Amino acid sequence: MTVTDKPDKHVSWRGRAESAEADRTSAELDDEQSIKELRSQSRKLLGSMMRPHKKAIAFLCGILVVQNFTSMATPLLVMFGIDNAIPAISERGDYSILIAIAITFAVVSIVKYICVRLYIAQSAKVSAAMLFALRNRVFKKFQRLSVSFHERFTSGRVTARQSSDMEAIREMTENGVDDLVLAGLNVVTITIVMLVIDARLAAVSLLTFPLMLLLGRWFSKVSALAYRRARETVALLIVYFVESMGGVRAVQAYRREERDRELFAGLNTDNKFAQAKGHQQNAFMSGGMRGIGHLATVVVLLFGGWQVMQGNTEVGVLAAFLLYMKRFFDPLNELVQFYNTLQSATSALEKISGVLDERVEVAEPEEPRSIERPQGELRFDNVRFQYREDHVVLPGLDLRIPGGQTMALVGATGAGKTTIAKLVSRFYDPKAGTVRLDGVDLRELSEHDLRANIVMITQENFLFNGTIAENIELGKPGASHERIMEAAKVVGAHEFIESLPEGYDTHVRKRGGRLSAGQRQLVVFARAFLADPRVLILDEATSSLDIPSERLVQRALRTILADRTAIIIAHRLSTVEIADRVLVLEHGRIIEDGHPNDLIDHGGEYATLHRQWEDSLV
Amino acid sequence: MGSERLKTPELSETDTPPPRRSALSNLWRIKKYLYPYRFRLAFLWAMVLLNIISGLAIPPLVGEAIDGPIAEGDLRRLGFFVAIIAVLGASDAILNLIRRYMQTSMAMSIEADMRGALYQHLQVLHTGFHDRWQTGQLLARVTSDLGMIRRFFAGGLVFAITSVGMTVIILGQLLFIEWRLALIVAASAVPLFLIGRKFFQGYLPAARSEQDQSGEVSSAAEESALGIRAIKALGRGPLMAARFEKEAAELRERGINKSLIASRSWSGYDAIATAAIGAVLVFGSVMVAEGRMSVGDLTAFVMLQLALLWPIEASGWVMAHGNEAMTAADRVYEVFDTEPAIKDRPGARAIDRSEIRGELVFENVTFAYEDDSREILQGVDLRVKPGETIAIAGKTGSGKSTLVSLPSRLNDPTGGRILLDGTDIRDLRLANLRSVVTTAFEEATLFSMSVRENLALGRPDADERDLEEAVRVAQAEFVYDLPYGLDTRIGEQGLSLSGGQRQRLALARAVVVKPAVLVLDDPLSALDVHTEELVERALEQVLQDTTALVVVHRPSTVALADRVALLHEGRIACVGKHSELMETSPEYVDVLSAESEEVVA
Repeated sequence: MTVTDKPDKHVSWRGRAESAEADRTSAELDDEQSIKELRSQSRKLLGSMMRPHKKAIAFLCGILVVQNFTSMATPLLVMFGIDNAIPAISERGDYSILIAIAITFAVVSIVKYICVRLYIAQSAKVSAAMLFALRNRVFKKFQRLSVSFHERFTSGRVTARQSSDMEAIREMTENGVDDLVLAGLNVVTITIVMLVIDARLAAVSLLTFPLMLLLGRWFSKVSALAYRRARETVALLIVYFVESMGGVRAVQAYRREERDRELFAGLNTDNKFAQAKGHQQNAFMSGGMRGIGHLATVVVLLFGGWQVMQGNTEVGVLAAFLLYMKRFFDPLNELVQFYNTLQSATSALEKISGVLDERVEVAEPEEPRSIERPQGELRFDNVRFQYREDHVVLPGLDLRIPGGQTMALVGATGAGKTTIAKLVSRFYDPKAGTVRLDGVDLRELSEHDLRANIVMITQENFLFNGTIAENIELGKPGASHERIMEAAKVVGAHEFIESLPEGYDTHVRKRGGRLSAGQRQLVVFARAFLADPRVLILDEATSSLDIPSERLVQRALRTILADRTAIIIAHRLSTVEIADRVLVLEHGRIIEDGHPNDLIDHGGEYATLHRQWEDSLV
Repeated sequence: MGSERLKTPELSETDTPPPRRSALSNLWRIKKYLYPYRFRLAFLWAMVLLNIISGLAIPPLVGEAIDGPIAEGDLRRLGFFVAIIAVLGASDAILNLIRRYMQTSMAMSIEADMRGALYQHLQVLHTGFHDRWQTGQLLARVTSDLGMIRRFFAGGLVFAITSVGMTVIILGQLLFIEWRLALIVAASAVPLFLIGRKFFQGYLPAARSEQDQSGEVSSAAEESALGIRAIKALGRGPLMAARFEKEAAELRERGINKSLIASRSWSGYDAIATAAIGAVLVFGSVMVAEGRMSVGDLTAFVMLQLALLWPIEASGWVMAHGNEAMTAADRVYEVFDTEPAIKDRPGARAIDRSEIRGELVFENVTFAYEDDSREILQGVDLRVKPGETIAIAGKTGSGKSTLVSLPSRLNDPTGGRILLDGTDIRDLRLANLRSVVTTAFEEATLFSMSVRENLALGRPDADERDLEEAVRVAQAEFVYDLPYGLDTRIGEQGLSLSGGQRQRLALARAVVVKPAVLVLDDPLSALDVHTEELVERALEQVLQDTTALVVVHRPSTVALADRVALLHEGRIACVGKHSELMETSPEYVDVLSAESEEVVA
């Protein structure tokens, strides 16, 4: 029954990932041990979700107990009315019993009203609060996890954990928990009542109990696998959906629709079968429970009938027993339906606890150090880095960038330029050696000081849903409109922003779809300048700009970088020209280092590049 | 700020819920998806019916057994009864199993069918739609809304019909026993109905607003995952968390609000049903005492009424499910009802790639975005001869990217027309057109799939040689050095690759298609000078017999083109050779002069 053994048939189009665990958190391995661990982790998670609401949950249980009593009271009152009130009236004309019953009924109705109302309202508050806390916890965890984690986990899966998995948990907390508790109470009460009435008959009728337990165990075992698989198939579906909708322009431009539909249909079908599997197993459980209920009736009827014939018990007792059996099994049958929701939620909890337990590769320091007004001196000491075991990017880099210096990195693709930028902005930590800002190891620097002092602009130009002003403001939350406009003016973005229908309040639409790549880049520049960091890293940050914009940005850079440390990565040497120092990299090693003019005179690699570039301008 | 983020226009419109009637009618429209399953559905309902009967048949038999053989002490006849009950019980269990199994499989299939259809519809919706809708909102429709509809059809609906049937049968029996008491029961239906109506009025919009907000939360989650690098680079994690918390808090409030509405009605349901039993008991007792009714009848009456309690109590839950399904159907049909703005005109013609000469003519083309009265393109006239390569130059925001989105109809012009070999492109079949005109965007959209799949995006049947050729042209040989070569999965958006690598892949992808008209939006911007030169040399051969429109930002790329067109203030200001324009057009010089790139020490 191990679903996970099945070869992944999508491997052909999805391609091979560099690590087999690319899609998962490290907790989600398939071996028996990890599954057990995950299960206990998810239980702990559930416990930690409930702990802050201990009192409220106890209160809710109290309400349910009272509600259970009111439900039990109704048949009793009916019995009492028929047996006592009617004779009292017809024999003595005494209405007092009837009046008492009427009053009790009124009270029961009111108590029931209050119980149900209180229960729904309170339980909704508790479950909403629990989910709210969990959502925030998961969101913050994802924010803390390293960029490399996000790169392999993909945004679709991050979204899946925060949408469909949360949805599954919400389903559980909103529906049926009361049924579960009530059914439990019911089973206990009826078992006690039956034992009191006739212990022997009770023992026989409870013979079916082990069968029920066996069935329940079978179901929870097989369905755990099925539901776990279903959570994964739905995540794959979401990943595909999110990606192909995000890139819908490319899909349409390349008439990819049909192929996309095919692949999506494949995932859709997988998900359908995976989802259905758990539910189908539930159908077996449901049929089985009903069968066991009927079996119990048959056993009690046969044994009880025989006992009655032997004179060991009364017919009335047998009748009562049979009625109780029905009331015993009916709620259980209803509960089987809830089991679906429960298993789904359990699997979702497992997935989420996997995320929460994932080790943060680039962790915040436990005892963060802070720096006041740093000089901006950067220092690499024997820094070694590789993304993959067999492929060293930086074998051992030693580098010192004095505060205020503008340094350009030049070299072929794969030389390690971007890696240096990512190490400085602490997207990654070095595998060996240290990177220091003003003598403080970046790993010890507080997150706030690190981000306030080092800002990187990449070619990605990500804009968030919102207006242009809001996107610039991200550089310094709370900045005034004047400051925002000033930043835009400095980088030369003001002109095009003003020409938009609503100026700075123009909504950029999803991922900035309203703007061209060059415009997005200017907005991102304005954002970084507003942030006003000590160290600024530009990783191919000007590639989408046209010449007039680049001219403006370059003029701005000259003033902006004057008193800052800067690392510039650019294939266009026009941007490199403003640097005080050029570093030519090859396979992670520095092969040339010096002032651009000196390097040109020197006649090395840089001189060659520079000549090629000059040729391209003609 | 503004951490209050703007909602997409559609969403704010739909914040006011549609009238109730349309809610039901949208749910009703789902019948289209039930149709293929009609025979299985009929069979299923027969099973449900049989299952009810098998369940109902057992209790009377048990009663008979007690009154008959057990009372008489006839062990053999008891054995006979028990055997019948056992057989009935077994068939009841098996029927139940089959019914649940079928119900579940069918509901899942219907959900999957609807999801497939929704996906297909979303694919053909124009980019303007996708720009405005957050992916999280679409995702919520494709997952949780369809799930709600499925749960209603698989659970709530069967339940509702069963309990309505039970209620009718029991009411009939009650009327038969004692009509006056039955009137009391019937009278209790009035407040139930009133509460129910109020419930509908309150719950429907509440459910809608909760589901909408749930989409906002998904959007926030998705956006911050996609933008994780930007967030980390600025250290805005806490800010994003605070924003997310705001959305999540809103969702919590809306969820609680919805449940409070439920709590007000469901509690009434329970209480009224219980009170009705009390009333019947009191009046019935008086009637019995006065000799107008037998004790047995009263007992039977109240017992039956007790059996009614459960369907009434459950109806609140069923109604909630129904409401949520209606809301979900509304939200789903909101997407289905959005007509694709760009689609085949009636009588659109199919074209054959081999017949295309590749003449592309813009005639007085204007374009404005839907929500913007100002025209970005104000009358573009341009003629690209077959096989010719024209470079488009212009300042940021001059409309270059808009212009190049038109030939493959990713946008349609608001005025004027575009002709391919003399035919308005809107008269050509869309799928056809896009196989003839291929566009590569400034930002390379890569998918987390194998390199091969990414390269063959526009031509799934491309063989190894085609791919190799395209890779060579785009100087993207680095793909062979990836751990598994073309089978390596590149990460989301190819972010593990450098900008230059991504751009080369995107270029290779466009070249693989071998279109008659190639549209390239600044295709070499992220390449270093050396690579750019190599790509240009290889690309020249490809462009020799391909009509091409290339947006350029730098003079080096202009070398690819036969002529350059300068886009200025929404019009083509001038067309000519690079050297001519450098002499005659000051605007052109401003845009493309290398002077600015000169060394200023």
